[in-house]
Amino acid sequence: MINTITILGGRSRSGIPEAVERIDLKMGDVVSIVGPTGSGKTTLINDLELFADANTQTGRRVLINGERPPLEYRDNPAMNPIALITQHTTFLSDLPVVDFLTAHAGIRAVKKSQIDEMIQKTLDFANQLTGEPIVLTSRMTELSGGQTRALLIADATIICNTPIVLLDEVENAGINRTRAMELLREYRKVFIFVTHDPRIALLSDYRIVMQGGSITKVLYTNEEERVFSLKVSKLDDLLSAMRDKIRFGERLTTHELEGLA
Amino acid sequence: MKLAICAGPATTGKTSVLRHMIRKLQDAGDQVAFLKIDVQFAEEDEIFAKEFGIPTRKVYSGELCPDHCNVMVLGDALQWAEKSGANFLLVETAGLCLRCSPYVDGGLGMIVVEATSGTNLPFKIGPMLSLADVAVVTKIDRVSQAEREVFRSRIQDVAPNVKVREVNALYGIGIDPLVDALHNQVDTWDKMLLRGNPPVGTCTICVGKKEIGWQAHFGVVRSLENQNFYRGE
Repeated sequence: MINTITILGGRSRSGIPEAVERIDLKMGDVVSIVGPTGSGKTTLINDLELFADANTQTGRRVLINGERPPLEYRDNPAMNPIALITQHTTFLSDLPVVDFLTAHAGIRAVKKSQIDEMIQKTLDFANQLTGEPIVLTSRMTELSGGQTRALLIADATIICNTPIVLLDEVENAGINRTRAMELLREYRKVFIFVTHDPRIALLSDYRIVMQGGSITKVLYTNEEERVFSLKVSKLDDLLSAMRDKIRFGERLTTHELEGLA
Repeated sequence: MKLAICAGPATTGKTSVLRHMIRKLQDAGDQVAFLKIDVQFAEEDEIFAKEFGIPTRKVYSGELCPDHCNVMVLGDALQWAEKSGANFLLVETAGLCLRCSPYVDGGLGMIVVEATSGTNLPFKIGPMLSLADVAVVTKIDRVSQAEREVFRSRIQDVAPNVKVREVNALYGIGIDPLVDALHNQVDTWDKMLLRGNPPVGTCTICVGKKEIGWQAHFGVVRSLENQNFYRGE
């Protein structure tokens, strides 16, 4: 059983040793990776996927439970530790939702009886993130953007057995992010958000800051930020309420911001 | 000389995968030569020559089946790569035929397939998949984790001995183990054999003569340097 995944620092593109020498990702951690475009987020993901052992361009090493994972981990794609959801990720299948989830649960479940339970859990999870509930008989291709995103996250969390679920800039996906962050905490996995959304960053346990190809610091969400995150969420909700008004052809007034006081 | 032969349907990302491999081989100090085999149009040779300053060539198979053309010219191509000072030859095939496979014993056989091509693809592509050493799955960021896992398990169902490597060819994620596999590849030798049995037919290759190099064949053949010519009675 995997309890921790450790990243041991390597060096930046210019050869300077990474400021952060060691990060222990513990099951249950909710983490954000922040940094401008080109700061090295993709190579960090590469290092994790390959269980780097000072054999990638960054020189980083990845340990499982404090030890070097066996080579089989790297060679067996079923051991790939990351379930990846990006802005481009989608379902291609046009099967009904229930058939689709059955096919996926079928390669994961040990007993047939587990399949129905997995599907129900996945559906319940997804429906808490999206405004419009997903119906098991509808076709995958009929799902809305928000429903698709919600189901991607639910499926990766409940049916996949990867220790890490990585969500790459999924903030504009039309899902309830605060609820998502609450629900994810009930699962024994590491959730990594590549993000520049203040709401997600402040609801994370800590954020890994990247620049010029290396990890420059790890910022734990402090008490001040934790309290402030409520206001950030509020502001974010107000903005999304304003978006809805624009969408439905209404006018905006200065009253929109009154809830913020 | 170490050899890799890369097959896979059009637009799956063969060129992108090879680009990252060439870059990583060069970083490791290796000398790479590149051969592209296609039916009637290809520009990867010019692109790679410009991008990496390596010796490259292309062959248009024209009336020949491209995998057939590969058998014909590969012997010459290995000598050409040797003369060019390379210690690695990467061959990118046209990847059209789902009945043949271009892999040879003594070379790393790579098939590049895209996760976006639907979870039934592994059932459809036959020896191009089952006779490969490694199946490289691209565009993994485009499909759900569910489809990625179903795709992977179906490759393993139809080709249990083929290693599966999931990559993001856009960013070069997951490429390093392919480069390692090529480094660990045995050196090529004379009289290498095509790995699979071609379909029933009447040409020397189709009837089962699998020796590499046009010198071993009769009928309409071609060398790397010449167009098709007739050899025999």
